[in-house]
Amino acid sequence: MDLAFSAQETAFREEVRSFIAENYPPHLRGLQEEGEEMGRDDILSWHRILAQKGWAAPAWPKDQGGTGWTATERYIFSEESARAETIPPLPFGINMVGPVIYTFGTPEQKAQYLPGILSGDVWWCQGYSEPGAGSDLASLRTKAERITEDGKDYYIVNGQKTWTTLAQHADWIFCLVRTDSSVKPQEGISFLLIDMKSPGITVKPIITLGGEHEVNEVWLDNVKVPVENRIHDENKGWTCAKFLLAHERTGIAGVARSKRGIEKLKTMAMAEEDGNGQPLLMNPFFKRKVAELETDLTALEFTELRTLAGEASGKGPGPESSLLKIKGTEIQQRITELVLEAAGHYGAPYFRAFGHGDNQHPIGPDHSHRAAPTYFNMRKTSIYGGSNEIQRNIIAKMVLGL
Amino acid sequence: MDFNYSETQTMLRDTLRRYLADTYDFDKRQAMLRMEGGRDPGVWKALATDLGILGAALPESAGGFGGGPIDSMVLMEEFGRALSVEPYIPTVVIGGNALLATGGDHADLLLPAIISGEVVIGFAAAEAQGRYNLADLKTTAKADGSGWTLNGHKAVVIAAPYATHYLVTARTGGSQREASGVSLFLVEANAKGIVRRDYPTVDGFMASELFFENANVGPHALLGAEGQALPLVETLVDHATVAVCAEATGAMRKLHELTLDYARQRKQFGKAIGDFQVIQHRLVDMFMEVEQATSMTLMATLRLDDPLRAKWVSQAKAKVSKGARLLGQWAVQTHGGIGITTELPAGHYFKRLSIIEGQYGDVDYHLGRVEAAIDAEMRQR
Repeated sequence: MDLAFSAQETAFREEVRSFIAENYPPHLRGLQEEGEEMGRDDILSWHRILAQKGWAAPAWPKDQGGTGWTATERYIFSEESARAETIPPLPFGINMVGPVIYTFGTPEQKAQYLPGILSGDVWWCQGYSEPGAGSDLASLRTKAERITEDGKDYYIVNGQKTWTTLAQHADWIFCLVRTDSSVKPQEGISFLLIDMKSPGITVKPIITLGGEHEVNEVWLDNVKVPVENRIHDENKGWTCAKFLLAHERTGIAGVARSKRGIEKLKTMAMAEEDGNGQPLLMNPFFKRKVAELETDLTALEFTELRTLAGEASGKGPGPESSLLKIKGTEIQQRITELVLEAAGHYGAPYFRAFGHGDNQHPIGPDHSHRAAPTYFNMRKTSIYGGSNEIQRNIIAKMVLGL
Repeated sequence: MDFNYSETQTMLRDTLRRYLADTYDFDKRQAMLRMEGGRDPGVWKALATDLGILGAALPESAGGFGGGPIDSMVLMEEFGRALSVEPYIPTVVIGGNALLATGGDHADLLLPAIISGEVVIGFAAAEAQGRYNLADLKTTAKADGSGWTLNGHKAVVIAAPYATHYLVTARTGGSQREASGVSLFLVEANAKGIVRRDYPTVDGFMASELFFENANVGPHALLGAEGQALPLVETLVDHATVAVCAEATGAMRKLHELTLDYARQRKQFGKAIGDFQVIQHRLVDMFMEVEQATSMTLMATLRLDDPLRAKWVSQAKAKVSKGARLLGQWAVQTHGGIGITTELPAGHYFKRLSIIEGQYGDVDYHLGRVEAAIDAEMRQR
């Protein structure tokens, strides 16, 4: 056992660090930090640069366009990316549908979809949740009926998806749809790829607590989808869904980004005063909360490293990743709680109310502007990707055998 | 980075696990605790001679296998699983490292005797008023013509009733809580002027209050430089802290297994209580604490030579102590009434874990050390 990085790994870190320094677009620096709503090209820009370097999909197998990095190298890459606060590639293509396609897709499907996912040219969104199917995902009702037209087979899809993140920018959506209502819910689901430009698709924004337009409703009204857009066999969609959820959970711990978040929290809490003339961070009550947070993050970090080491020795992402999801999201949420606490009075002003182009800013210190909206927004983390209660069910069943 | 056990470490774990499974099951352990002196001295002898594992973490120059803290971690997890009451931490982790650090005749003589099981060491550092502050000492040592004379009272010295030697911290200068003026002594247990009051602890160990009443311990008892021992003592206690974290981890994992078994067997309302989601989620939360305790123990063990050692060790102990409390309390709760009796192992694990929480510093103490690291970091900015 050894925690030290080899000379090769240290050199790799240098390579990543200088690549980011030399290639990260200057106009994107700090954009995410300020919480500006970014346009499509801004969001994709870093993904596209990484893709040219061959670094867009660290976790994919090398023969599918991945990097072939070791677990340690992936860890180093995520640390360096967090350190530079880069805008990470969107998860929907790289972490979600990509692995489903290279695992269950036909050679034609791989050739058609994987290049656009890797290059960042095609924007994907996820059509899983429905108004009546959240944690009980298998109860979904969006229906796909098969028809033949001019000798070709299609599905006609009707239903409503919801919480569809950034669907307003998406080119394609991957959907779980019901193709058989006569069997057990899990056995009648198929996995379809649908072009968002298809007639019959309507995207309606949902505004969340911080005022963001991040999620949407996606309505599907007699949408015609070629049968060859189905991944895996008909009624085998649940296999893809479960596989995808396990993949989604790896990396969901967000250790490197949380480390950075705590650093910024500490900087902020040194700049704020506690009402007794000392920095807030030196207030015993506040400092204790930060110490506990740091402690829990170390525990998460080393649990993730142990999981990665296990994966490196051949175990795929297993149900243990549910632990990383639960603890990772709890920590992400606690960071935003403490940032809002640290903001004090200036947690309250609502900056979106100022309207675009307003330059009467600032009210209160810059570090407090996004405190409340970010705190509100991060409540999603323990709900999405399988709520933390569902993750506990998964561990109970798959790990503990209950 | 590499998280794999070496072949030797795997062998070590398997050897000790097999031995403890055969000789140290719950009933046998209970019988040992009822023996004269509160333990079976044959176990320590067997660990030394039959298994030959007491030197696993000690260097080859002293007759050991050349291992280190990771080997101790491997052993302590097994001791924890079996709820063992053997004096590995005070004798090998603290005593062994103290001798290695200070060298000389004591080390030459005693390290082989530790490995052979003949020497057992009690660590007499704590004092009632000092809580976990290793510098808060009222015990004094004065040099006189014939050596050192010790006076003072040391609290809850584990293994003291049967130890051959004590490692004692005492003031040779400075004021009560000052960093300088702390010295470390190695004294023979039967030295004149050492008065013992022996007792069992609630978790099955034997311990003593030690009273030094003009105890003259000879001129060679001083280990290391006079008045400069605090950094060494802190190092020793940090090593002991990660070792007790490993013990806790082993005990927590075993207790989780026991609770899981119980939840599968125990039926109420016509089904196993493990079928109820509220019990399932509790068992998952316990599982997550076990995994995180394992991670933290590993982290701190691997960072014992890191410049930020105190921070890492304290993060580990704070996390493990909290987890130990959660595991113990929820295991008892899940067992229901039988959990608060002495009949099933679960209650005994709860007792041990409850005491481990405070050993070498409780949650508050260790979070204080984590905060000190934050202070230092902010000063450097």
